[in-house]
Amino acid sequence: MSNENFEPKIVGFLCNWCSYRAADLAGSARIKYAPNVRIIRVMCSGRVDPSFVLKALAQGADGVMIAGCHPGECHYIEQNYKAMRRYAMLKHTLTALGVEPERVRLVWASAAEGQLLAEHIDSLVADVRKLGPLCWPRNWEESPERLKALEEIEKEHAEAMEVQA
Amino acid sequence: MAEKVGIYVCHCGSNIAGTVDCEEVARWAGQNIRDVAVARDYKFMCSSLGQQLIEDDIKKEGLTRVVVAACSPHLHEKTFRRACQNAGLNPYLCHMTNIREHVSWVNNDKKAGTEKVKSLVSAAAERVKHQQPLEPFYVKVNPATLVVGGGIAGLQATLELADAGYPVYLVEREPSIGGHMAQFDKTFPTLDCSACILTPKMSEVGQHENVTMFTYSELEEVSGSVGSFKVKIRKRARYVDYDKCTGCGICIEKCPRKVVDDVFEAGLGYRKAIYTPFPQAVPRVPVIDTANCTYFQSGKCKVCSKVCPTDAVRYDQQDEIVELEVGNIVLATGWKLFDCKRLPNYGFGRLANVYTNLEFERLCNAAGPTNGKIVLRDGKTEPQRVAIIHCVGSRDSRYNTFCSAVCCMAAMKFGHLVLEKTNAEVYSFYIDMRPNQKDYEEFYQRLLEEGMHFVRGRVAEVTDAARRPEEQGKLIVQYEDTLLGEQKRLPVDMVILMGAMEPQADAKEMGLKCGISCSMAGWFTERHPKLDPVATMTDGVFVAGVCQGPKDIPASVAQGAAAAARISGMITNGKVMIEPIVASIDEESCSGCRVCNNMCPYNAIEFDEAKGVSHVITAMCKGCGTCVAACPCDAISGAHFKNDQIYAEIEGILWDAQPSAAGTAAGGG
Repeated sequence: MSNENFEPKIVGFLCNWCSYRAADLAGSARIKYAPNVRIIRVMCSGRVDPSFVLKALAQGADGVMIAGCHPGECHYIEQNYKAMRRYAMLKHTLTALGVEPERVRLVWASAAEGQLLAEHIDSLVADVRKLGPLCWPRNWEESPERLKALEEIEKEHAEAMEVQA
Repeated sequence: MAEKVGIYVCHCGSNIAGTVDCEEVARWAGQNIRDVAVARDYKFMCSSLGQQLIEDDIKKEGLTRVVVAACSPHLHEKTFRRACQNAGLNPYLCHMTNIREHVSWVNNDKKAGTEKVKSLVSAAAERVKHQQPLEPFYVKVNPATLVVGGGIAGLQATLELADAGYPVYLVEREPSIGGHMAQFDKTFPTLDCSACILTPKMSEVGQHENVTMFTYSELEEVSGSVGSFKVKIRKRARYVDYDKCTGCGICIEKCPRKVVDDVFEAGLGYRKAIYTPFPQAVPRVPVIDTANCTYFQSGKCKVCSKVCPTDAVRYDQQDEIVELEVGNIVLATGWKLFDCKRLPNYGFGRLANVYTNLEFERLCNAAGPTNGKIVLRDGKTEPQRVAIIHCVGSRDSRYNTFCSAVCCMAAMKFGHLVLEKTNAEVYSFYIDMRPNQKDYEEFYQRLLEEGMHFVRGRVAEVTDAARRPEEQGKLIVQYEDTLLGEQKRLPVDMVILMGAMEPQADAKEMGLKCGISCSMAGWFTERHPKLDPVATMTDGVFVAGVCQGPKDIPASVAQGAAAAARISGMITNGKVMIEPIVASIDEESCSGCRVCNNMCPYNAIEFDEAKGVSHVITAMCKGCGTCVAACPCDAISGAHFKNDQIYAEIEGILWDAQPSAAGTAAGGG
């Protein structure tokens, strides 16, 4: 499929207090952005279970956006930091599972930053469009680079375990 | 038994229907989504007829779930939940999906918009089938209120609540309440004396039996939630015993140390090292400025202590932390003046006779450093010509893009005072004149008649470099008259810069303490810019006055009163509803690993040693769901945002994507 005609399907998990409100503001201000991100409201970016992301990708999404309040501004004090930690681990796992980690992005947008959220959405859509359709996990074994990445991660894990032992 | 889902697609006039084919969405939903019993589109779902549609369908068609595809749930979720409740359906079995702010308003392509709406409707329909009936909680409302900021907005809120019979704690950072209004001489457009209308309110607050004032104090910490906040207030040491001091003022009179007053007198006047900011200060108890006090600096002097007739001076006083419990909080923290030195081309701080608006307020104030005489910095020369420059730091993309809302009127007030008190000519350099409230336009007309000159154009520079003989020893205003299209120079004696109102330097920090956010410009964000201008996204926290955005005195007073009215209502009601969105732990599934224990910032999860499992203290849970996502055994479920509900939503939202062969495997979590 030519990437130019490819319209990525992206699921966005937006926190109720900042980024969902930013999306509301983008609407009220009539800021135009790509229609590819479909938004699911969660109370906090900290609610985003990594399995939500995997589920979305397995269900046919080409990318996922997680959006929360800026670090230090979480409505629940500090839960976006937990989203941040999970995101770091999730990216690792995605690589192991044969998914380009660039397809999943964690962004921050305060309730006043409708414009910024729209820019994040456009940028993610453009990047995923470049990567092409995911069709995961059907096509992952086809790629030797992905297998290689997995081997490297396994090696890293083995080393880490040795250090711990 | 299969659920019966009703789907309602709102046109919102042409707001949604303009870029989304709502009829097509409803038709498609009725044919393609499982368990849909009714799918309709309607012009305005939030109208009473729209709501009636839902109620009738619930009663006649026996709907068990409702999906409304319309605007943001932040706007109308309550409306549709109520409609469901009216028809006997649990309100939490209704789900709203946002197809206006998130689709029709951000997209011009009707085909793409319609497809996006289909996916959102499909997601909502799949999700709603998994939703469960919930009952909201109610918590008691503590009748006491904390008001932060003793300016006019905070004073109004305080008085309204105190007069209604409820206790109020008023926290003010400065040694006296009164705020910026206490610095002004006259107020536009009526020109009544600021002190004459403000000081009665100040003393009323000071004497009110229901008001406890904490001046020279700051809000340190806020915990808890609506109905029962716990707050910590730092009472800074005044070094004067609040109870013993009678406010006689002898200590101030005898203090040998004179200090430039940068706060109240805007740097134009002096105060003593032991001082009250102004004679009508409330309370009249002075404070010692330790940085300038001879005793604190060198260990000698103690004059204040020696002359005090009630022995009230306490050099060993310490800051004190007071803990209070309140039901609601009003933030009325006001504004600070734009630093006019940031525009070096206007010469403030370098050219003596360039003044800021706050300085000029003090200059023409009868109680100010010159006793109200409008004179140059030398203290005696009356100006012959005065230039007033509007929009200094506002409406300027380099500094603040917003309009400070009050400067046009304040500039005309200054013009009037100069014309009244001196023989000087007054030139006002404006971008646009904006006298847009009651009686403001009339004031503008009055100033035109009084002979104030209005020049449309931005001033490029204020300089003392003379080019012509008549410019010698003057300030020269270099400007473009945009109505004439000419570059011009005007020699004047005095320049007044109408500096912008800016958010307080610590506004963001204050917002974080109370769990509310700031706009891009730094003003506190209200719950809804039109329909809910004093509430915030955090229940029980209200905003009033300029901290929410630039506004004049009448608007600040109105907001203070509005916040008080909202709070009075809650107190009268006695209880407030809390959304039942909380976590709970299934003891059977809990392995006792305690991963969740450290996840909760509110310490709402306790470990039961005897049973070896964790459990959630419902009253302390705020429902973020972080523990739900962290639990490795799926033992925690977050009401209304349960895993199966979100998985279903994901499946629905990707109804048109190609699930791969093993696609369902990852769904287990």
